[in-house]
Amino acid sequence: MKRKDFLQLSAMGLGAIALPDFSLLGNPIDPLQALQEGVDVAVKKELADVALSAAKAKGATYADVRIGRYLNQVVSTRENRVQGVANAESYGVGIRVIANGSWGFASSNNMTKEGIARTAEKAVEVAKANAKIISEPVKLAPQKGLGDVSWKTPIITNAFSVPVKDKVDLLLTANAIAMKGGANFVNSSILAINEQKFFASTDGSYIDQDIHRLFPNFTVTKIGNGKFETRKGLGSPVGMGYEYLTPTAESKVGGIVTRYKDRYDLLEDMKNATEEVTQKLTAKSVEPGKYDLVLDPSHLWLTIHESVAHPTELDRVLGYEANYAGTSFLTMEKLKTKKFKFGSDIVNVVADKLQPGSLGAVGYDDEGVPCKKWDLIKDGVLVNFQAIRDQAHILGLKESQGCCYAQTWNDVQFQRMPNVSLQPGKKQLSVDDMIKDVEKGIYIIGDGSFSIDQQRYNFQFGGQTFYEIRNGKIAGMLKDVAYQANTQEFWNSCTAIADERDYRLGGAFNDGKGQPGQSNAVSHGSSTSRFNGVNVINTARKI
Amino acid sequence: MAILSKADARALLTKVLAYSKADECEVSLGGQESGNIRYARNAVSTAGDSSTLSLSVSSTFGKKTGNASINEFDDASLEKVVRRAEELAQLAPENPERMPLLGPGNFEFKDSIGYVPATANMTADTRAEAVAKSIKVAKDAKLEAAGFLENTTSFSAILNSKGLFLYDTNTDVTFSVTTRNQEGTGSGYAARGFNDIRKLDTFAATSIAASKANGSVNARAIEPGKYTVILEPVAATYMLENMFRGFDARSADEGRSFMSKPGGGNRLGEQLMDEKVTIYSDPYNPELPGNTWNREGFPLERMTWIDKGVVKNLSYSQFWAQKKNVKPVPFGSNMIMEGGNQSLEELIKGTEKGILVSRLWYIRMVDAQTLLLTGLTRDGTFYIENGQIKFPIKNMRFNESPVIMLNNVEALGKPERSISVESYRSYLVPPMKIRDFTFTSLSDAV
Repeated sequence: MKRKDFLQLSAMGLGAIALPDFSLLGNPIDPLQALQEGVDVAVKKELADVALSAAKAKGATYADVRIGRYLNQVVSTRENRVQGVANAESYGVGIRVIANGSWGFASSNNMTKEGIARTAEKAVEVAKANAKIISEPVKLAPQKGLGDVSWKTPIITNAFSVPVKDKVDLLLTANAIAMKGGANFVNSSILAINEQKFFASTDGSYIDQDIHRLFPNFTVTKIGNGKFETRKGLGSPVGMGYEYLTPTAESKVGGIVTRYKDRYDLLEDMKNATEEVTQKLTAKSVEPGKYDLVLDPSHLWLTIHESVAHPTELDRVLGYEANYAGTSFLTMEKLKTKKFKFGSDIVNVVADKLQPGSLGAVGYDDEGVPCKKWDLIKDGVLVNFQAIRDQAHILGLKESQGCCYAQTWNDVQFQRMPNVSLQPGKKQLSVDDMIKDVEKGIYIIGDGSFSIDQQRYNFQFGGQTFYEIRNGKIAGMLKDVAYQANTQEFWNSCTAIADERDYRLGGAFNDGKGQPGQSNAVSHGSSTSRFNGVNVINTARKI
Repeated sequence: MAILSKADARALLTKVLAYSKADECEVSLGGQESGNIRYARNAVSTAGDSSTLSLSVSSTFGKKTGNASINEFDDASLEKVVRRAEELAQLAPENPERMPLLGPGNFEFKDSIGYVPATANMTADTRAEAVAKSIKVAKDAKLEAAGFLENTTSFSAILNSKGLFLYDTNTDVTFSVTTRNQEGTGSGYAARGFNDIRKLDTFAATSIAASKANGSVNARAIEPGKYTVILEPVAATYMLENMFRGFDARSADEGRSFMSKPGGGNRLGEQLMDEKVTIYSDPYNPELPGNTWNREGFPLERMTWIDKGVVKNLSYSQFWAQKKNVKPVPFGSNMIMEGGNQSLEELIKGTEKGILVSRLWYIRMVDAQTLLLTGLTRDGTFYIENGQIKFPIKNMRFNESPVIMLNNVEALGKPERSISVESYRSYLVPPMKIRDFTFTSLSDAV
């Protein structure tokens, strides 16, 4: 195929290409069509019914099946060269059952009807083996069958239909800006993901979803005086199409460095990053002590992720993650009091699986529950956790909150955090006004090093760039900054939150939990917020 | 079946390669069959059985390379994944770092010793039985256990258009358990990893976790600061894993690693650590078998990285070796740190004042230049005085570099196989006594 043909094919919309002839025994697909086309829904439904019937025949009282085709494309570069162009495609089935009151799961990439039936039987075998060591049978919150439904990420441009050349050109142009600006090294990449997921369950749901995510990323490095400094890009991974990389004036947030809302200017950010990494080399090393911190959303999302989103996961609260990710300082008792002061009165945090542009946005979760939005922290008080179907009864809920997720067809679904976001301040407040009130502080932009204990009490965070605030004014760049705090003390020290004009999302593809470990993609929104009297350490060392 | 025999893998790869029209092509297979069981609150929670086989194709025209992978294996899919890689290669710009593929006959390759049939033959029932033993220990000690057992059988194979064919197969079983008391005031942990399931004793491992859980109740707070610590192998392993990744010449030569020499170049030949420190790779170590070749097609042999504290070797990719006019040095498939003959108990006995660290948690890089890491203690931290464990102490956050730590070695114990609590990779690492280890704050976490 010539490049021209590739572009032409890529530019065609969905449905413009005739559906390939899918054989149930092999599913031959055109490689480039496959990057856009999913398997026909009727075929998936037929395969799903094979799984459900086979599971029931072996004694399952409940079964669900996920047929997934996962596509990803990575274009990665360094300096003036392309390091890799890779497309990966993975197709298979994951079947989860309840038999004798216990969960069982099996997965396979054998997509013949016989193979799927065998995988379903294996799931029942696993459930029966485990039934001997359960303490009580699984209790599933009811979920009525939804019939045939579908959902698609509302993208404008499918990243898989954008020619590889365009991505390479964008990245190499950005790299050239960095090298021209005096950088020693620059790495950049664009990762595009498409999850084509079909879910069916014995409840009578057949859910077809087409989910898109994009992650542009770079790190620029500069060496000087035998030391090196880096600055990462301020773009976020997003639940959007390639339109995220089409900057608009409205999406830019001005200030000491330009930050971005729902569109990202990679070239501009590269230019800014190169200037900042140069300044970082000669920046003043921070004096340890107590500071008022002004945290930009490009930084604060990670603090929210670690110190609010994780401890409100019900499986952690109950001890199901004790052996790996850990438990939580939040308990059922603290929730039941309805008085546990998680943060100051202005702290309001919501869980939201619907937010447009976010990584966690889908129509239905991976156990067929329609997605929703609910409060976790209201006026500073803990009011709810995050639960799925087999946990809903523990919270006294009549239905699941719809936050069950598996990273691929190959993994079992379990409770994963939805987007968890700090709500903007209700009073009008700009970032400049917030800084005016700070006598001795640090303004932090971008996420850096992060670490938190297994019950989410004690954390330490770095950042990308740090600016000293003295008597209400920015006084220059700092380096070697990390702050340490106790979660509850930190959120109770939140004294100001900028209004909704400043609200932005950050996020990550690699929220880790579970054994075997699984990654979840999740966004966290906030406006710039101020935290008073936080302990800052100096991280410079010599070897 | 996701696990192909050497002959079947070669036959399938030969068939795929026949579709190639590229100047150079490398096709590879990776297959894995695994089963796992997870439990919490003294009962099984989730368990699964997984089987995956994936084919990757890397096609090159001149210096333009494209990669594609698929997990469907009918003839049409095999041909189409090759075409896809070729199309991507044609669309990709030239990569000046692209090195020609190696052909057969350059090196001698030996089979790995990592495959154990007993592990490959594990079933859902044998996993459930092993976990039942662990749960019984916890219940008898009035504790709640949460744990995970997983066995994996895997293979990998590559064939390239120069005719080089390589195959490897391996089994692995990992087990970890956390035991906590009902009140949430005590917690203990144990982790084990083996190629051979017959070496795994879930009863004994859980007993250790249980004694740590009950022994860690009523922990006292001590002032953060610099302390002599004894890191158990599972704690030391997690710390060192972050350092092993940096045994690379290129990032050092480029000036952006702890292995970079101030003023340029790398630290090869420099005394970077205490002379008690020797670290090497050896895929034929019977305690820690590793893969016997790397993706570039080089055999892996015993290779010393740190010899009595001196940086002896750094890994060189084919490209970087050519650029620096040295021989390529493939990165190791395992890491082994030498130690002494002392047991953990003997190390404790010889300590006047110090802290016993059972496990470390959530280690992240703070500064790549000095390899400054931060993280916390977890699941059993104890104060030692006059050669005895005196009382449990509250967990603390540390900010410390493994390079600085390995300059402050007081004593090393007998190496044992241990797993990283984050990557679940196995290593051979001794318990180690380190002076001036830097704790920076207290944590309320248990």
